[in-house]
Amino acid sequence: MDSVANIILYFVVALVVVVCSCLTVLTHKILRAATYLLFVLIGTAIFYFQLGYQFLGGVQIAVYAGGIMVLFVFAILLTRKPDAVVQRIGHHRRFIGATVAIVGGVLLLLALFFMPISHDLNLVTALERGQMITMEEIGKAFTGTDRMQYLLPFEAISVLLLASIIGGVTVARKR
Amino acid sequence: MDLNMLWYLVPSIVMFVAGVYGFLTRKNMIALLISLELMLNSADLNFVVFNRYLFPGSMEGMVFTLFAVAIAAAETAIAIAIIVNIYRAVGNTDINSVDKMKY
Amino acid sequence: MSTTLPILILTIPFAMFLILGIGGVKMSRKLAGVLGICGLGTVAVLSYIVAFTYFFSGDAAFIVDGVRQQLQIFDVTWLKFTDRMVVNIGFLLDPISAMMLVVITTISFMVHLYSWGYMEHEPGFQRYYAFLSLFTFSMLGLVVATNIFQMYIFWELVGVSSYLLIGFFYKLPSAVSASKKAFIVTRFADLFMLIGILVLSYYVSNAPADGPLGSASAFNFIMLNSNAGVIANSVLGATFMSGSVLTWAMVLIFVGGMGKSAMMPLHIWLPDAMEGPTPVSALIHAATMVVAGVYLVARFFPLYCIVPNSLTFITIVGAITAFYAAVVACTQIDIKRVLAFSTISQIAFMMVSLGVAYNEPIEGVHYSGLGYMASMFHLFTHAMFKALLFLGAGALIHAVHSNNYTAMGGLRKYMPVTHWTFLIGCLAIAGIPPFSGFFSKDEMLAAMYNNHWFWGAWMSMVAGLTAFYMFRLYYLIFWWDENPEYKKEGHKPHDAPWQMTLPLIFLAAVSCVAGFIPFGELVTYNGEPYHIHLETPVAVTSIVIAVLAIGLATVMYAKKNPVPSKLKNAMPRLWEAAHRRFYWDEIYMFITHNIIFDIICKSIAWFDRHIIDGTMNGLAAMTQFASARIKGMQNGLIQSYVLWYFLGALAIAAVTWICIL
Repeated sequence: MDSVANIILYFVVALVVVVCSCLTVLTHKILRAATYLLFVLIGTAIFYFQLGYQFLGGVQIAVYAGGIMVLFVFAILLTRKPDAVVQRIGHHRRFIGATVAIVGGVLLLLALFFMPISHDLNLVTALERGQMITMEEIGKAFTGTDRMQYLLPFEAISVLLLASIIGGVTVARKR
Repeated sequence: MDLNMLWYLVPSIVMFVAGVYGFLTRKNMIALLISLELMLNSADLNFVVFNRYLFPGSMEGMVFTLFAVAIAAAETAIAIAIIVNIYRAVGNTDINSVDKMKY
Repeated sequence: MSTTLPILILTIPFAMFLILGIGGVKMSRKLAGVLGICGLGTVAVLSYIVAFTYFFSGDAAFIVDGVRQQLQIFDVTWLKFTDRMVVNIGFLLDPISAMMLVVITTISFMVHLYSWGYMEHEPGFQRYYAFLSLFTFSMLGLVVATNIFQMYIFWELVGVSSYLLIGFFYKLPSAVSASKKAFIVTRFADLFMLIGILVLSYYVSNAPADGPLGSASAFNFIMLNSNAGVIANSVLGATFMSGSVLTWAMVLIFVGGMGKSAMMPLHIWLPDAMEGPTPVSALIHAATMVVAGVYLVARFFPLYCIVPNSLTFITIVGAITAFYAAVVACTQIDIKRVLAFSTISQIAFMMVSLGVAYNEPIEGVHYSGLGYMASMFHLFTHAMFKALLFLGAGALIHAVHSNNYTAMGGLRKYMPVTHWTFLIGCLAIAGIPPFSGFFSKDEMLAAMYNNHWFWGAWMSMVAGLTAFYMFRLYYLIFWWDENPEYKKEGHKPHDAPWQMTLPLIFLAAVSCVAGFIPFGELVTYNGEPYHIHLETPVAVTSIVIAVLAIGLATVMYAKKNPVPSKLKNAMPRLWEAAHRRFYWDEIYMFITHNIIFDIICKSIAWFDRHIIDGTMNGLAAMTQFASARIKGMQNGLIQSYVLWYFLGALAIAAVTWICIL
């Protein structure tokens, strides 16, 4: 039996996430879409905290909500024309998108509910079974070369980030 | 009342389906990118939830999500650089105006 | 004998070919000519040393109890297919190969020297000498081959060098087509020869190793010849189409010789080969390469004797060819063509002589291998006087700048050296004593009469025709009516420079004395000496016939008179047919164009174009059609891609789900 506070927190966050993701794609104003996305990302971060991944939640907020969102906002501001007419999305396209999305969602929900795995585990038990992941463990996992340790992908990511910095500068530079 | 796995997966599905809808219907490239982030985020959440409920003793799902976040950041940076460049060249960010790479 | 000299004999011409062929463009003409002549001179001297050592040293290695031995100076393994099918490269020394060494190097040296004058102003002088060296190398390799496969390899090499030299003036379309014709016709014949070689060696190599053949290479001449009886009886005893397999193999091998030696019906390439430079005609198409067929038969003589049907075939082919070529030679205008047909006729003479030879004593016949010896003797003398005649013709062409006798006439006053040497050549080929041709022809005719009177009479007639057409040519060139062009200033013909007259004089001298060489003591089929003695009836008959023919030619052609043209107008069809060589070229054209090209090749081409290509084109058209239909999906719009991708992913998921449920 999970604590009432957890359940209430879950419902609040789930509501925010569901509503905001729908609004993200339904709004006509791009800046609002970015804002709704920010709420979705923060909601996801709260889910991470709730599930016991404090570091991941922190990263989510710092990188996504902090970094990527700033990028989005800058990009939107850079590419916006003051007198731009907001283009309406055609009904045809909207119909196709809605159909595909609903069919996909129904299929996914069906798959979810008929998934042949047990979901009798509740959050408290799950949190008790798995020990809390400390920063020390994460640090060791990222700097070791044993089984279940990730030095190589970690280094690869660092190179990727460097490459994307250079790439971003090169692509966006004025010629 | 128990918060089992399904409770977390349902918002994830909604997020993903919203991303699909947005990607198929929007015209602005930045809006497409936002939809993409939604889908990516839903996948990240799934990893973490599965890790917590099905393999509580290990941390692969979390590590995978961490890497996914880093890659998403890099990808967004590059994508936005490209979009800004296209905007300079074409004058708008309409996805239908960049269809040169076809047959 | 040490292996040094033989190896040098083969390597010097090849080295000359490489040096002149690769470095020729950097050399001056003079250097290239001197190099070629000196190289060939060295080879000639070495060959003389080898031949003299072989014939006259009396060394126990070469002659045992008066019998000349066949010996392999060296014989190294080159290709090993199976234990028995081993291709060697070696040097076989026996009477005929020693004799051929002398003939080839002598003529080749004379031609090298002569070409220095004749080709002086031609472009590609260095290339010409390189090709001459290549030819000499291949021909020497051919005659000293220790096995049939080595002989075949060099056989093809002489074909290639003949092709290169006929087409030497490659800017003339006629020379190009003549070289192609020569190569294709001889190559076509060589195909049969290869089949014959393969049949023979297949059966021989399948013979048990502990049998009488031992385990020697299945290609080796000495092994094959010394076991002819065994091969005929046990190894190749099987029959095929009412002939033994050995007969078929030997006839097929002879077909290769027919191609090289221009026997009917494969003679068509030789007259056209006269498009090459005249010294080349003297070397290749008169003296050496074209007698390769005769040499081949002589080389395999014991095997041919064991299957007499093949010898009969050779006799018939030779007799028909000799007569045909002699008749055609009477009507040709181009002097080189006359000499070409004369060559065909004389080689056919040698073939008949081989065909009528026996290798076993027969009652009433004074010597069994007479035909063989006579044939080789005639090969030797013919090489000398025919080369002389060709080189003389070259001197005439050099002076008059035309191949046709119509542009000549009355030249005896202007070119005395050429005149006298040419006359000696004509007397030699006509068979007038004491010139060399008389002796060899007399022996051949004696051998033919020994076999059957018909062959003797037939070939005596051909000999008469020979004397007639040669003196017709002689009179038309040197007597007849003087060409008025010569009176004009700057058109006066004159004798050639010393490089050209020296070979003429030398060869004329050889033609005068070669008949007195005791040839029977040197070259016989089994190595035992044979004492030549003239058969009085045969000799008298042939002299009478020759003199009569020369007299007829004198009456008809010595002074300008209307008799020849009257004769021609009396029998226009016969003259036209003979002049057009009895339409052999037209027959070949009909067969190749109308039958092979038009009917067979065109239908195959139609099948290829419409069925095979059609299938491939249909596949390509279908692919194109399908891609044109579906290329609209590749529209450059990312959202539609994503739509299809997502639907596809959903479909896969659904299918997977249905499957695991």
